[in-house]
Amino acid sequence: MSAELFSVFYQFADVFAFLILSAAGLAIVFGMMGVINMAHGEFIMCGAYVTVGLVKLGVPLAIAQGLAALTAALAGVVVEFLIVRRFYKRPLDSLLATWGLSLIVTQSMLLIVGSSITGIGTPEGSFAIGDYTFSTYRLVLFACAVAVLIGLYVTFMKTRFGVMARATMQNAAMAKALGARTGRIYAISFGIGAGLAGLCGALYAPTMTLIPTMGATFVVESFVTVVVGGANVLLGTAPAAVFLAMIRMALNASYGQIIGQIGMLFAVILIIRVLPEGLSSVLVRRGR
Amino acid sequence: MFKLLDGPQTLGRGRTFWSCFLIVLAAALVYPIFADSYDVGNFSYFLIWIFMALGLCLMWGYGGMLSFGQTFFFGIAGYAYGVLAINMGGGSTTIAALVLSIIIAMVAAGILGYFMIWGGINGIFFGIVTLSATLVLAFFLGQTAGPEWHIGPARLNGFNGMKGMDPLAIGDFYIEGSALYYVMVALIVIVYIALRVLVNSRIGNVIVATRENPQRAEMLGYDVRKYQLLTFVIGSGLAGLSGALYTSWGQFITPSSIGLPAAAMPIVWVAFSGRSDLTATLVGAFLLLFGFQTITVYSQQVALVLMGTLLLVTVMLAPQGFVLGVGKLVADRWTAGRRRDATAALPDAGRLQSDGT
Repeated sequence: MSAELFSVFYQFADVFAFLILSAAGLAIVFGMMGVINMAHGEFIMCGAYVTVGLVKLGVPLAIAQGLAALTAALAGVVVEFLIVRRFYKRPLDSLLATWGLSLIVTQSMLLIVGSSITGIGTPEGSFAIGDYTFSTYRLVLFACAVAVLIGLYVTFMKTRFGVMARATMQNAAMAKALGARTGRIYAISFGIGAGLAGLCGALYAPTMTLIPTMGATFVVESFVTVVVGGANVLLGTAPAAVFLAMIRMALNASYGQIIGQIGMLFAVILIIRVLPEGLSSVLVRRGR
Repeated sequence: MFKLLDGPQTLGRGRTFWSCFLIVLAAALVYPIFADSYDVGNFSYFLIWIFMALGLCLMWGYGGMLSFGQTFFFGIAGYAYGVLAINMGGGSTTIAALVLSIIIAMVAAGILGYFMIWGGINGIFFGIVTLSATLVLAFFLGQTAGPEWHIGPARLNGFNGMKGMDPLAIGDFYIEGSALYYVMVALIVIVYIALRVLVNSRIGNVIVATRENPQRAEMLGYDVRKYQLLTFVIGSGLAGLSGALYTSWGQFITPSSIGLPAAAMPIVWVAFSGRSDLTATLVGAFLLLFGFQTITVYSQQVALVLMGTLLLVTVMLAPQGFVLGVGKLVADRWTAGRRRDATAALPDAGRLQSDGT
């Protein structure tokens, strides 16, 4: 019995980790900064490719993943400086600009790298409970997702940078008047968002086929999770992922992947209808 | 009637504009006489996509609803045409298949639009939901490779796409080559004129008022949701027309014409052209399709990189659109030169600048 129970938890943890890791970067960039970053998937792709490239050069997997996340963060800072910076007051234009960027990046990658490169294979290691065997790496992903959530919470709620960042997102002019370097804070926040996207790509690189258009597979899930989470991303993203993961898991198990996706889409439309401000609005109201 | 054609919501009016319109139309009509049949076929191919662009222009530029779902309805109608044409047999029934597939796309738009608009989904969420629906449809059709996925004798065929349907025909006469070209030109003229009349009519004024300020329009006694739904259904129906014509033109359709990057293309055409005007969209979409097709012959990736660059550059340098900007410049020069009266130039220039979405 406990084996079945663990199997359910395992499946849940798998979907949950996927949603959290792919949404964490976007939660900052879209949820907090209000930039509709359609190139989010391309930062994920960047992380994945750098990881695979480094591992093939002989770098140990964990170090390669860290370096990949850093590379994505640096790319994020550059993109912020060159493009996103101009669009903080025009969110819909930020969408178009980043979508253009996403097209440029994916198609250039197709030209330069080709349609697919050989993967590196999921790290070995599995354990058995009862009659079932489970892959250890999937649990590592779950642990990483939880760590990312805690890290985000601590960074934005407990540090000086976090306070300044939240002040800047709420009222940039006021924060600037009080001495916060808003330009730099925006750049760093975008960098963190891109870095987390890169981390997502790095962590999933061993488990999937790498193609330049892989970003598209993450984009819907990440946007949906952030939208369901609502305005307060630090509070909202985790419950949104729990909620969506349960729906997805139940539908996946009984009807297959595609119904899982369609069901999730319906759930999202329903939630926006009932709670236009997302799940976090309920939590914030309860908290008061 | 003429008042509706030359109303305040569309640029280009008066004798000069309509003379140009007639000259272009005449050139389009005599073109097949001088060109070889291969080029005529290519031209029909560009014209297929114009409807989709005009539909997006109506929704986004006039209605303020940025839909990423144009290829969703394109795909629904395209597949519907294929299924219907295969099931009902060829000949004149293909015309019925065309009409039915557009109706199916419009019904789908009505259902999706009802849930979104009555659900209060607007702004960016509108885009996210329509994009999600589009990607899910592409993903769904991509995995229908098995023989169990069929509607009557029509196999969906997964990623390789559906094929084997008859092209449009009347009796034994297949509408292809220059006949198809003339049908396209006629359809474009009809759709263009009809849309001009629509946006300048009372309904069009409410649609624009809703874009400018939904609350105010509602206070004035209009149920803005109905107007938004109408805009969405018409715009998506035009995407459906494109889809059904596309399937008929090439006698195949694949999921890749629904998913990314195909879904981004209508946005690029309309953003580059200038979303706030139908004529600009018509001209710009045609130019871009022509350019895109010319480059695609050498490398599709390079063409898509250029499309992305165009979108990025448009948003950064000319958020109102390039074709619209150039068109207004020419019109300004023209009127200034003729009347020596700078103040009379384009009374609605202010309206276009205040366009928020």
